[in-house]
Amino acid sequence: MIGVFYLTSFTRALQGTTCWRDCHSEENNSRSRFLQQATMQFSRRKKVISSSLTEYGHSLQLYSQPPIENISLSEFETFAVERLKLLKTVDNLGVSYVKGSEDYKRKLSTEISNLNFPFRSEAGMVATELEKRRKDHISHFILRLAYCQTEDLRRWFIQQEMDLFRHRFTDLPSKFKTEFLHRNDLHYDTASTEEKEALMEKLVSSTFMVSGTTVLEQDFYKVPFQDALDLVKMRKIFLRAGFAYIPHQDIVTIVLNDFRTQLSKALALTARSLPTVQSDERLQPLLSHLSHAYVGQDYSIQKNVGKISLEQIDQLSVKSFPLCMRELQRSLREQHHLRHGGRMQYGLFLKGVGLTLDQALQFWRAEFIKGKVDSDKFDKAYAYSIRHMFGKEGKRTDYTPYSCMKIILSNPPSQGDFHGCPFRHSDPELLKQRLQTYKLSQAGISQVMELVKGMHYQLACQKYFELTHNIEDSGFTLNHPNQYFAESQRLLTGVGEMRKEADAPRGGQAVPAPTAPDALQDQPANPGPAFTEITKDLDSFFQDY
Amino acid sequence: MSDYDPASLPDLLPLYYRRLFPFSQYYRWLNYGGVTKSYFQNREFSFTLKDDVYVRYQSFSTQSELEKEIQKMNPYKIDIGAVYSHRPNQHNTVKSGSFQALEKELVFDIDMTDYDDVRSCCSAADICSKCWTLMTIAIRILDRALREDFGFRHLLWVYSGRRGVHCWVCDASARKLPVAARSAVCEYLSLVKGGEDTVKKVQLTDPIHPFIKESLAVVEHYFSRYALGEQDILGSKESAGRVLALLQDDILLNQCDLEQNQWKELLLYFQSESNAGKRWERLKALVNQKRSKRGSHAEKEIMLQYCYPRLDVNVSKGVNHLLKSPFSVHPKTGRISVPIDLRELDRFDPFDVPTISCICEELDRPLRPEEELQEPRDGEREVGEKRRIRDYKRTSLAKYIRAFDLFLDGMERSRKGELLRKSDLQNDF
Ligand code: SF4
Ligand SMILES: [Zn+2]
Repeated sequence: MIGVFYLTSFTRALQGTTCWRDCHSEENNSRSRFLQQATMQFSRRKKVISSSLTEYGHSLQLYSQPPIENISLSEFETFAVERLKLLKTVDNLGVSYVKGSEDYKRKLSTEISNLNFPFRSEAGMVATELEKRRKDHISHFILRLAYCQTEDLRRWFIQQEMDLFRHRFTDLPSKFKTEFLHRNDLHYDTASTEEKEALMEKLVSSTFMVSGTTVLEQDFYKVPFQDALDLVKMRKIFLRAGFAYIPHQDIVTIVLNDFRTQLSKALALTARSLPTVQSDERLQPLLSHLSHAYVGQDYSIQKNVGKISLEQIDQLSVKSFPLCMRELQRSLREQHHLRHGGRMQYGLFLKGVGLTLDQALQFWRAEFIKGKVDSDKFDKAYAYSIRHMFGKEGKRTDYTPYSCMKIILSNPPSQGDFHGCPFRHSDPELLKQRLQTYKLSQAGISQVMELVKGMHYQLACQKYFELTHNIEDSGFTLNHPNQYFAESQRLLTGVGEMRKEADAPRGGQAVPAPTAPDALQDQPANPGPAFTEITKDLDSFFQDY
Repeated sequence: MSDYDPASLPDLLPLYYRRLFPFSQYYRWLNYGGVTKSYFQNREFSFTLKDDVYVRYQSFSTQSELEKEIQKMNPYKIDIGAVYSHRPNQHNTVKSGSFQALEKELVFDIDMTDYDDVRSCCSAADICSKCWTLMTIAIRILDRALREDFGFRHLLWVYSGRRGVHCWVCDASARKLPVAARSAVCEYLSLVKGGEDTVKKVQLTDPIHPFIKESLAVVEHYFSRYALGEQDILGSKESAGRVLALLQDDILLNQCDLEQNQWKELLLYFQSESNAGKRWERLKALVNQKRSKRGSHAEKEIMLQYCYPRLDVNVSKGVNHLLKSPFSVHPKTGRISVPIDLRELDRFDPFDVPTISCICEELDRPLRPEEELQEPRDGEREVGEKRRIRDYKRTSLAKYIRAFDLFLDGMERSRKGELLRKSDLQNDF
């Protein structure tokens, strides 16, 4: 049959040949173990039909076992693409709706069934249902391969998989939830009745329980607070002596916590085995294509380096910067200083816009020495961190400009800060005033404010784009400040370079090697925790002195 | 007490590090009973030298190596960093990427400059005894929450030497926390949110979480003396206006005639009554009326906005973030960064904290007769350690070192308890 390869041949390459084994006998054991754990393992000797009831006994799984069956190339591709569609929907819905709201749930459920993934199904025995579960299983593992390569890809993948899992788990009928816990050997301690009675009032007021009776009727799981960080963060549980008291209804948080831990470990391991996968010239383009098709442009790769001059920045900030960056430029000019969060957000953005390292140094120095920092202090306290930002110091990582998601969700501004997303972090009154000073029409402002009120911050920003560029429909989905800039420049100057780049899938022989594998080869022996630490490391160089 | 002159610092530091700095306690702290191998050896120290020369990644194998190096370099400031996977002073020789920060105390940094929008007495780096109450409140609230809610036991509170306080949570479990957990703890503890573009920085929702109730109880205890009295937040037209602005949105948005009228009455009342206490009572009454109709915690939100601790989250989040060491000198004020004894917290006065010039002077004072007795007889040579103990005991640094000792004893005790428990467990088998 034309077009159908059995992937056994690919995986034989993945699992290493005898020569490779002999040359590296010491590494051999651990290597092949990683491969088995981390990548899909396709049996070489015999075909195993794995759609047995025990294997897919529940509509939901934690993906702890890799699939062990042969699969055709066409199926490989279909599965992967459809799961990506699903994850992309999860991502989009999370931006446009409040997660967990009725609209969000409805739309997501529809998409899940449209794409034929298992959902809420009680009919575990039916063949079509098993087929869905198999697809869920296999497609998840394929995407692990495609999405383990860089910190950004991993973060995106984990986030979407978690949201998807949360949705599917929450929607399960109670008895299936319990069954799921059993099946996956998840056991948690519960608080005794006496304890619940003694803490009644506090449990009621910390967990949104209507009454004491509900408290007594429900199980409260006691877990170390480290295992329920999301609930701790939002003060949604009662906390005593280091233990979080989690009502049964929120058990999903702990399960998710386990899921996240497992998944990020697995991705780190997968990343380690990746060089082998990438050496296969048939699999590599496919994976590379998968990982670039849906997360959008990688803004750490600069197309316009050195194409703008420092004199242009003020003007550009008015015409082509999104509001968050426009505000940072304004504050920097006014205060001659930006605190840590602002320097990171704005500095990386400018790097993405095309400033060279020298320009960046000159830019920040010129402004800072107008304020309280003299040139000497600037060189000591700030220059290093700017070089660091360009990957010229420390671990020499090339830092990626922040996406809207990151700006909106992490590190909110506090006293003295000007970073963040104005649509998310400004008082509506002040935001309104600002938009007035920027001469937006009254009607336009109301439209923007309406979106802000509905917590659609990126849509509000997009509306702002349309209003300031005098167009009806911007025709793109905003998810990155540098994308905003590129789109604006495209409109104003007609340079469509960025746009084209974003649409063309990368990979394949004709395209020069993307940066991701390069970065990986730099530190092949060092996956896992190191990756997550990289961004944090930079932070420490940005202290305020 | 003598006035401190920053120019004298280079002359005083050698004396301080030779005769006063409590090296043995310091080592006892950071060695953590030697439980984990190389814990002290892999710890990063960094020194700020003359002319702001900043040297990172210092590390030492023993107490005496640390001592010698400090006495040689005489740093203007000492910072403590993380415990790394390798010795920090060899970080260049380690294969890139494998040199990693593994553990650090969970730390908090509260800085008075973050309260500039809510204090009228001083601004920026200045502090006075009035605004110091903010630090007292911060310590009370955080200390309780870290102990009771999070179950930590070994908290070292330290005056930064100028305008703030630091907290070092030293429990083994705290030192191991990953970044995500540290930021979750911070978020749990943060109530004041928003930057320069946010007017109303505290928003409470029903039901009020037990943690917030506990914190409110602390704020309430200080509020009328501190905010209404000392800061006089309802005194002048301007400052009262700022308080009212926090209430205004809520009332005007909710286009209800009754409330609008009450609001106008309140404004009138403020015109005729200038007593801050009475103004506050009246404001509270209005909020209470509102509350009976629909949830409003405006008066609590105001109290929190003015008094609740403001954390520098970035300092707490990172494992490899450096923080000024206890017993380091503040180069600008000359004050020693000293541990704070919480049993005496309400009496703690930052202006009482000795400066380096003051304690060095105290050393030179002639001995009192009873001290004379303890002087060694001729010919007896005394070395380092003992001499130093006798030395600091003669200065006003003594009581702060005593507080440090107490903290260390507490940790020692629980380490022993832990060991006992472990061996008991073993005996069971
Ligand atoms: S939506 Fe994105 S680009 Fe727009 S202001 Fe917010 S963070 Fe900036
Ligand atoms: Zn003051």
